[in-house]
Parts: sequence; structure tokens; C-alpha cells
Amino acid sequence: MGLLNRMGTVVKAKMNKLVDKMEDPRETLDYSYQKQLELLQNVKRGVAEVTTSKKRLELQKAKLNLNIDKLSGQARDAVKAGREDLARIALERKNGLMSQVQSLDQQIENLNKEQEKLQATERRLSAKVESFRTKKETIKAQYSAAEAQVKITESITGISEEMADVGLAVQRAEEKTEDMKARSAALDELLEAGTLEDFTGGDDDIEKELAKISATSNIESELESLKEEVGK
Amino acid sequence: MIVRIMGEGQFQVSSSLLDELNVIDNRIVDYVAKENESDFKKYLGKLIAMIKENGKPLDDAEIVESDIIVPPADLTLGEATGIFKGEGLIED
Repeated sequence: MGLLNRMGTVVKAKMNKLVDKMEDPRETLDYSYQKQLELLQNVKRGVAEVTTSKKRLELQKAKLNLNIDKLSGQARDAVKAGREDLARIALERKNGLMSQVQSLDQQIENLNKEQEKLQATERRLSAKVESFRTKKETIKAQYSAAEAQVKITESITGISEEMADVGLAVQRAEEKTEDMKARSAALDELLEAGTLEDFTGGDDDIEKELAKISATSNIESELESLKEEVGK
Repeated sequence: MIVRIMGEGQFQVSSSLLDELNVIDNRIVDYVAKENESDFKKYLGKLIAMIKENGKPLDDAEIVESDIIVPPADLTLGEATGIFKGEGLIED
């Protein structure tokens, strides 16, 4: 038996669980419709979750980029001051941050795809729910009990398959955002613990060293001009 | 025939494609048995691409049961093994 047959069995098992609740066929229509609306809400929540996670990663990326710019500036200042050792430290840190940014880019790209997929799922389900609602009213109003039974079975199986599919899509999106959230929280922790040092806040060691150099040269030049004045 | 690609909707596909799909499906079964993740992924991707290339997306508002259900493209080898063992993929 192939993967496709097996997959069909998996989905059908899920559908049967949804269809099994059928007792009074007409009630089933309303019950299924309620479930569809709930599922649609779930998809919307899923889209919002993915969007939030993506924004969070983008924020982290912006923060890292600020640090990278700052480190570039510091490296240049250090070279100007003839302190290659300091410049090297700054560039090493910059390199570390750049690889973090690269991995964030990949994660943002993945979330982007997930977001698009989920939005498409939402569109499809939304159209199907609306079409089911119309069908449901028609069946209730126009068909005899026997005909209605056939129509109901048809539309319930069709929509139940869609619901099983959407249910899985939401479940997978949730798993992905959970995973992303954990990684993003880990990155926050690293930033906080100083392992990836947040150079944007307060003075850091390179900054202090550079400030010392510029203070010394200011003092020297002021001293020179004082000497000149006094020497006159 | 109607083919559903999980997570991507339904497609109207000519029944003549069935043989080709079965050939790929059999290879996938083989790769899952051999735990060959990269070829498994490659051929699942091929299967999905073939359906999209030869199929026409069904109107969103249409509610109809599918003849074939294809697992999502990001299915892992572990999940595929689970499906063959009769474990479900979808939470209750």
C-alpha cells in the first residue's frame, strides 16, 4: 500500500470522527457549520501567531544590525587611533553577530512562507464555509427527507475532508511557531546575558578604550597649545 | 479525478496521470522503508510538483471529496513512517 493510500486512510479516519456525530441529519448540518466557524477562527489565530513571531524576529534582527553598524564604526575609529588589537576585537564580534543575522533571515523567510500558506488556507476555508452555509439552507428548505440525507452526506464528507486538512495545517503552523518562539527566546537570553553583547546600551569596553584614546589626544593637543601660549 | 495536496487545496487532475503518480508513490514507499530521507523528500516534492503542473486548482467554494490525498510537502521521514505504521498524523 502506497503513501497516498495511507494518507487517504489517515484523513478518512479523521473525517469519520467528524461525521459520526451525525444523528439527526439536519442538526448535523448546523453542528458542522458551527465547527467550521470555530476552525476558521483557529486559522485566523494561527495567522496572527505567525505574524507576531515574524515581527519579533525582525525586531531582533534590527537590533543586531544596529550593533553591527556600531562595531564597524568602532573598528574604523580603532584603526585611526592605531589600535589594531581593538579593531580586531570589534571585527570578530561583528562577524559573530552577522552569522546570527543570517540565521534570523532564514527563520524569517520560513515564517513568511508559513504565513502565506496559512493565509491561503484561510481564504479557501472561508469560501467553503460560505458555500456550505448556502447549501445547508437550500437542503433544509427544498429537499425531502430522503433526498436531504444524500445531499447532507455529500456536503458533510466534502467539508469534513477540508476540515481535517485545515486542522493539520494549523497544527503544523503552531508547531513551527512554538519552535521559533523557543529559539527567539534563547536569542533574547543570549543578548541579555551578554554572550552576544548588546552594544547599543551603555558604554562597552571598546567604546571606553576609544574614549580614553580620544581624551588623551585632546589633552595632548590642549597641552601643546598651552605650551605655545606660555612660551610666547 | 480530484487530488488534495494537504495544506495546498484540491486539484482537478486527469486520471491518465494516475499511473505516473503510482510509480513515484512506490518509490516513496521504498525510500521510507530504507529510511532514505533525502530521496524521500525529493520524490515527495516531485509528486506534488507533478500534480500542480498537470492539475487545475479547484474553485475555493467547491465542496467535494477527493479521490487521492497527498501528504504535505514538509512531511518528515519520521511522520511518513508513522503513517505506514497506522499512526495518525492529525490530532484529535
